[in-house]
Amino acid sequence: MTTATAEDFRFLQQFILDRSAIVLADEKQYLVETRLLPIVQRVGAESIGDLVRAIRSGDRELETAVVDAMTTNETSWFRDAAPFDALRKVILPEVVAANVVRRRLSIWSAACSTGQELYSVTMLLDAEFSEVASWKLDLHGTDLSSAVVEKARSGRYTALEINRGLPAPHLVRYFRHEGSFYVIADALRNKVRFEPFNLARPWPPMQDYDVILLRNVLIYFDVETKAKVLEQAKAHLRPGGFLLLGTAESPRGLVEGFQSVPAGGTTVYKKEG
Amino acid sequence: MHALVVDDSRAMRSLLRSILGSLGIDVAEAADGRAAIDAVEAGPLPDLALVDWHMPVMDGLELVTELRRRKEWRHMAIMMVTTESEHENMVRALLAGANEYLIKPFSPDAVLEKLSLLGLSPEPVPVADARGDDTLR
Repeated sequence: MTTATAEDFRFLQQFILDRSAIVLADEKQYLVETRLLPIVQRVGAESIGDLVRAIRSGDRELETAVVDAMTTNETSWFRDAAPFDALRKVILPEVVAANVVRRRLSIWSAACSTGQELYSVTMLLDAEFSEVASWKLDLHGTDLSSAVVEKARSGRYTALEINRGLPAPHLVRYFRHEGSFYVIADALRNKVRFEPFNLARPWPPMQDYDVILLRNVLIYFDVETKAKVLEQAKAHLRPGGFLLLGTAESPRGLVEGFQSVPAGGTTVYKKEG
Repeated sequence: MHALVVDDSRAMRSLLRSILGSLGIDVAEAADGRAAIDAVEAGPLPDLALVDWHMPVMDGLELVTELRRRKEWRHMAIMMVTTESEHENMVRALLAGANEYLIKPFSPDAVLEKLSLLGLSPEPVPVADARGDDTLR
């Protein structure tokens, strides 16, 4: 998946300014990729450049989709309370207990955006599951956009980003202040790894996970791709492992072999067998 | 739900009043820590105080300390809302008894999320009213 060229970005800066009066600063190029690559996938285009060409040629539907994508909200820490309650109360206690002999735990944030979800899980483990501190942890974040992955790796966030749902005790415990940025503590950052990954393409050989977070990404795929992604996610979950989807998403009718488990006010999906 | 906004900036008080008001929260205002104490004593007792740090007469840290000294006010949630973002000062505010910390500038959504962290659930509002586009400015 190609990244946005400088020319594409300049066009989009002007386009978003004209259409929404929002100024897209030069350092926000990563946001263009976070927000627009899902549209690239959904419409079957090859690149952000294709979107730009379609907008230039007057594709109104695409114009609206791009403006919407660029003007809605950024991800939050502990985004949506329910999935994190599910992790805290049901999923992590169960997978930690199941792995107590192996002393290994692997969690994959498969559409990690700028890293808030995976760092939030890492904070939760550190704060409330101290027994895993000496385990071999694989906390893995992936996203379609390499620019977004780079930002996740950097662990640097603005005040606006840090204000979004991060409890103050976590802010003082897990971040340091550097100029106008808040930087995730090395102890936390050293526990995670981030890589670009395209869920819609055939997946390379990879390890199995205890928990896969695949939230709010299936909505961008057609039914066939959704089913393929879910099949592959199931194949890479350990038996008894958990899949977390977005509120509006479900494996029902797309893939067999998951048991629906009510947890923390939401429904999570446990791999049978 | 009652909230007390304590800030020496009229514009900031007005912004917070507007955000909280849109959530169905009753808002009282005070321009410094001393005036805030007077307002709390006069009642009604706020469920939440939103407290700036740098203010004349009595600053936010002194105010938090004073609010926490009074047992009858112990159920009040306190959130610092300030440009003060030095790590050690955040820690001082939390140790003094603040429950949450919001750094200026912030988006309306951030206020809503902080209320949720404090276990204060305002009336549901339409998503469009609570939406901010904070990252793009």
